[in-house]
Amino acid sequence: MTVTLERPSQTRTETVGSPPNGPVGNAIEAEKMSVFYGDFCAVRDVDMKVPSNKITAIIGPSGCGKSTVLRCFNRMNDLIASVRIEGEVLFQGQNIYAGDVDPVEVRRRIGMVFQKPNPFPKTIYENVAWGTRINGFRGDMDEMVERALRSAALWEEVKDKLQQSALGLSGGQQQRLCIARAIAVEPEIILMDEPASALDPIATLRIEDLMKELSVKYTIIVVTHNMQQAARISDYTAFFSVDDNRTGNLIEFDDTEKIFTNPSRKSTEDYITGRFG
Amino acid sequence: MAVHQRQTVPQAADRLMPSGAAHHEQVVARQRRGRIWAIVFQAAMLAGIVALCALLLNILNQSFGYVAIVNTIDPAELAVDGVPLNELPKENLVEILEANISAGLMRRYEHDIPFAERSRENVHDLILERVVEPQVQATWGLFDSIFARDSVFAEADERFPGSDVYFRSWLTTSFISKSQSSEPLRAGVRTAIFGSLWVVAITILFSFPIGVGAAIYLEEYAHKERLLNRLIQTNINNLAGVPSIIYGMLGLAIFVRILELFTSGAFLGIGDQSTANGRTIISAGLTLGLLILPLIIINGQEAIRAVPNSLRQAGFGLGATHWQVIWHHVLPSAMPGVLTGTILAVSRAIGETAPLVVVGASTFIALDPSGPFSKFTVLPIQIYQWTSRPQDEFRNLAAAAILVLLILLLSLNASAVLLRNRFDRSRAIA
Repeated sequence: MTVTLERPSQTRTETVGSPPNGPVGNAIEAEKMSVFYGDFCAVRDVDMKVPSNKITAIIGPSGCGKSTVLRCFNRMNDLIASVRIEGEVLFQGQNIYAGDVDPVEVRRRIGMVFQKPNPFPKTIYENVAWGTRINGFRGDMDEMVERALRSAALWEEVKDKLQQSALGLSGGQQQRLCIARAIAVEPEIILMDEPASALDPIATLRIEDLMKELSVKYTIIVVTHNMQQAARISDYTAFFSVDDNRTGNLIEFDDTEKIFTNPSRKSTEDYITGRFG
Repeated sequence: MAVHQRQTVPQAADRLMPSGAAHHEQVVARQRRGRIWAIVFQAAMLAGIVALCALLLNILNQSFGYVAIVNTIDPAELAVDGVPLNELPKENLVEILEANISAGLMRRYEHDIPFAERSRENVHDLILERVVEPQVQATWGLFDSIFARDSVFAEADERFPGSDVYFRSWLTTSFISKSQSSEPLRAGVRTAIFGSLWVVAITILFSFPIGVGAAIYLEEYAHKERLLNRLIQTNINNLAGVPSIIYGMLGLAIFVRILELFTSGAFLGIGDQSTANGRTIISAGLTLGLLILPLIIINGQEAIRAVPNSLRQAGFGLGATHWQVIWHHVLPSAMPGVLTGTILAVSRAIGETAPLVVVGASTFIALDPSGPFSKFTVLPIQIYQWTSRPQDEFRNLAAAAILVLLILLLSLNASAVLLRNRFDRSRAIA
């Protein structure tokens, strides 16, 4: 382990909190956010201001809490009984962990795409339509499904088999269907948890292209193990590392270019250059 | 690869793993052990199949075979002007009946249903029952009847001279369509079939919704670490193993005795209160429902647990509520498993005898159940009752009733499997 000297979080907050030359608007901000599984502190004191309409990548070694942080942004961690979260996560100025906030509301506005494609065992059409229907969509469903599938660059491939099972699609198509399903409910932020790690290189490239197109309209936060991927697609990169107590920390958060060419922390550089993890 | 090994481990004596011939022998020995186990398992399966075949053959042996029958009056003697009994018009049949039975009995028949309204077949049956009065003298099994036909006839001639010997299937349409009777030749299982269907219907209506609901609660809502929930879970698992007669005692105490006002139908002012008390179909159905409830809960829980978590997360990620996720995704995915568990549980309920003996199924009842508050009997009770009779003929009846029970069970199972498959298919497409 090379990452040991980064502990005083005060100093880090000042330098790490947000990319220095970021745009004006922030989509979501974590303030001194810590996550506990029971007594175990999985991630400590994360301060992170994620800029709007950009792609932010979260990288780091296994077990550093990347996915945990991502899931905090739409309260998916609430589904695990033993999880406790301290600090605040501000979404449009509102702490989504405040007592009067319903996570169901949060999750429609902050969507999620998972590591393994997980379409519902229903038709392709129903996969896209279901989320909007339960959220009270009243418009033209056919048109909405087509729009979502076009946005996910899947329409041309599935337009003739909308009534077939989604489980018959290839892995890459399934993942794009999951993206279509997520954007159908018109979220403001899309969280992606290693969306391409289960896919072959060609399908991965298509997903990456898609993410770039989507970032015009949506804020995207993507967790990835693949540093080339982070460098290729993201505007900003957050590097997480893990200390001796196996607690994750945000080490550095900056322009992707800066992180990959001239990181300000040594542990970031070690990780980027492959001397760590 | 072998070369590489030699380079890293230079001396054979140092190796910890066998190599070459020793390795080959070791693999052969391991494979042999595996084959021996496979043979043991095959033998176990064969033993099971042999036992099942023996059971089936035994039942078939008793269900069909020769019977020796002696008629009190030969039907030929009843012929009028050379026209045999079974071709006579109704008027002649009524006359024959009147001439051969007591006036009191004739009045009773007239009182039940006036002869003017009775069909020709009905009067014909009455003559067979009261005038011809066939009596079974002896019965033979199916195998004797096929393979030792001559000795069957010889024995019948010797022991029952003048008897009619003919091949009889005890499982006939009239066996299914007639109600209980003390005459083995006229006894049927209609009452018991209706009783079984009624009881099973109530069992399913009671235990399926409650069982699935409990399974949903325990899997989806309950905090598994909480002591109370762990206690509940352990108790459900143990209840599944409680002997069924204990459930019978429970049903007797609660449904028959304490809740008699409701289970007898008295609170609605219906039901036969003088005889039924709480020993009604609804008591039996609820008792069996309690009996299979743990099975349905456990199977339901397993089916719900088998639904991949990624499906739930997908639903939650779109902003669905917990209930929407359960209703739209968890339950449809779990339903085939839930139904399989229910099929198994209901099959057990159909065959249960002991708890119903305690709850008070009627052993002799000729009246079809008219609703949930009627007295009842069910097929296993009927079978049990027939096998405990001293006369041989009733054992033939019991064998035939077992066949009916098996057919009923298989057809109920088949329909449930079809239902489940339809669920599976529609889910794969939709």
